[in-house]
Amino acid sequence: MTERPLVRAVDLTKRFPIGGGLFRRPRAWLQAVNGVSFAISRGESLGLVGESGCGKSTIGRMLLGLIPPTSGTIAFDGIDIGKLPRAEFLRLRRRMQVIFQDPYASLDPRMTVEAIVTEPLFAGRPPRRAERRRIAAGLIERVGLRASDLDRYPHEFSGGQRQRIGIARALCVRPELIVADEPVSALDVSIQAQVINLLQDLQRDFGLAYLFISHDLSVVEHLCRRVAVMYLGAIVETAPAWDFSRRPLHPYTEALVAAVPVPDVRRPRPPFRMEGDVPSPIDPPPGCPFHPRCPYAFDPCPRATPPLVEAAPGREVACWLNDGRGLSAPATASPSPAKGELHA
Amino acid sequence: MRRFFGNKNFTVGFLLSAAVVLAAALSLLWTPYDPNRMSALERLEGPSLRHPLGTDQYGRDTLSRILAGAVNSILVGLVTVAIGLVLGVALGLLAAYGGRAADEAIMRLADLLFGFPAVLTAILITSILGPSMVNAMLAIGIFYIPVFARLTRAVARVVWEKEFIAAARASGIGELAIVRRHVLPNILSPLLIQGTIQFAVAILAEAGLSYLGLGTQPPHASWGRMLNEAQTFLDTSPWMAIFPGLAIAWAVLGFNLMGDGLRDVLDPKMARLR
Repeated sequence: MTERPLVRAVDLTKRFPIGGGLFRRPRAWLQAVNGVSFAISRGESLGLVGESGCGKSTIGRMLLGLIPPTSGTIAFDGIDIGKLPRAEFLRLRRRMQVIFQDPYASLDPRMTVEAIVTEPLFAGRPPRRAERRRIAAGLIERVGLRASDLDRYPHEFSGGQRQRIGIARALCVRPELIVADEPVSALDVSIQAQVINLLQDLQRDFGLAYLFISHDLSVVEHLCRRVAVMYLGAIVETAPAWDFSRRPLHPYTEALVAAVPVPDVRRPRPPFRMEGDVPSPIDPPPGCPFHPRCPYAFDPCPRATPPLVEAAPGREVACWLNDGRGLSAPATASPSPAKGELHA
Repeated sequence: MRRFFGNKNFTVGFLLSAAVVLAAALSLLWTPYDPNRMSALERLEGPSLRHPLGTDQYGRDTLSRILAGAVNSILVGLVTVAIGLVLGVALGLLAAYGGRAADEAIMRLADLLFGFPAVLTAILITSILGPSMVNAMLAIGIFYIPVFARLTRAVARVVWEKEFIAAARASGIGELAIVRRHVLPNILSPLLIQGTIQFAVAILAEAGLSYLGLGTQPPHASWGRMLNEAQTFLDTSPWMAIFPGLAIAWAVLGFNLMGDGLRDVLDPKMARLR
């Protein structure tokens, strides 16, 4: 734990203005990310899961410097990227790359595959043409396509192949961190497995760290060592990937795990399903953001936001119910009103 | 290539426009007669073997003058579209990416310019600067700036939202390089389509200004000017007006069809909507 993490985000917050104009104040603020902290070590993969609109992608984009955080700091290899001059930041940014969700939108249709995968080289002084060609050929073969594909255009490839091109581009400058924003959710299931295996191989070969953003628990569990669950802009639980679906500590995690389809008819369904919709991040509920949908909610929940605290070794949870025993204990012990007494 | 010539509009338009360009090129090397050579003995002749399209009131050969006028028309098209493209694209990009204040300022200015009828604007400009071909081109070119600025802004904004822009930025590519590498190539086809159509409009506009006496000045050959001069002799020698009129129609139709064809080929979504 004394080792300096590759990335450390502290108390990241992002608010987007809604409405308003040149001379008008915004009508409201959308609280996309609310006080999120995490760290990723070298070669480690952190999975970020949650429903759409919970702020996962916003975190990825802040990490990449695509949007500035409203407050909070991001340190890459110990360097606060918010304080860097632009030129140095651009140099630092080459050490992190991105893979996007939509392989149709993330490749420029007017560029050849060679131009696409070598694009990151143009952030600095690009090598000569022949050298670029050689680099591109190595990359494209590494991700399972052929060097003869280099002169073709993105529309000539399938979704999975395009995503491989996107991965080759991300690898081009030998980054240390890759932000993978839902990299497989636009792909067919059979193709998903291939791409995930490729990502895993690359992580091993290049010692890559991933921030893996996904709404698909099974993908994250397979690929990541640690998982952080987000709800309405905040992390509500972090856990080792092997542990968290077996023993969810936060009611929201429990609901997410319960929602994963399991191909086994004999396996009993977990105790509850989530109802209602995600509240609007423009007007978040007071207290714990999950309390309006939480079957275990009791008195402190609407009043105060529970902090993210260590509940068990390697596990953190932000829930007033937390006593480290997991949810099943209080849930089966008594119906919800009585639980208040347990923790009051 | 086959993609383009499979389109009927484009093929016909291309052939018509190519003929105009070839005629212009030919006239620089050779015309049957010097387009400005007068001959008192051959005034107002009808079509004949010696003068296939007849002569005008000074005995100048109409065919030679139409060929020479093609240079004029092509030049006007090129210069005005170039003015519109260079300044319009620059302003459009600035409006799209330069922040809210720049956007408002540029677009309101464009609205203002659009508010005036095109011909009135051109007349205003040429009457201030004095009638000449260069001023006519300036007038038309200035009117084109908001046309291209609006188009550029609209399509550039769409491109700007694409993920490959975010990917380039995440790769550390600077904003100007992103515009050059990604935005410009991706907005090229709508600009090309618009440019071709504006080319046709410019030919028509120049003919109109020259007809009004605000464009090309005598004795230079211009199709609009020729129409103007033919006006007086419409009863006695109608071919004097017919042939320059046909030349204008030919060129305008050619570039318009080519523009339509380009749109069908380069922007299939639009074609299906229509």
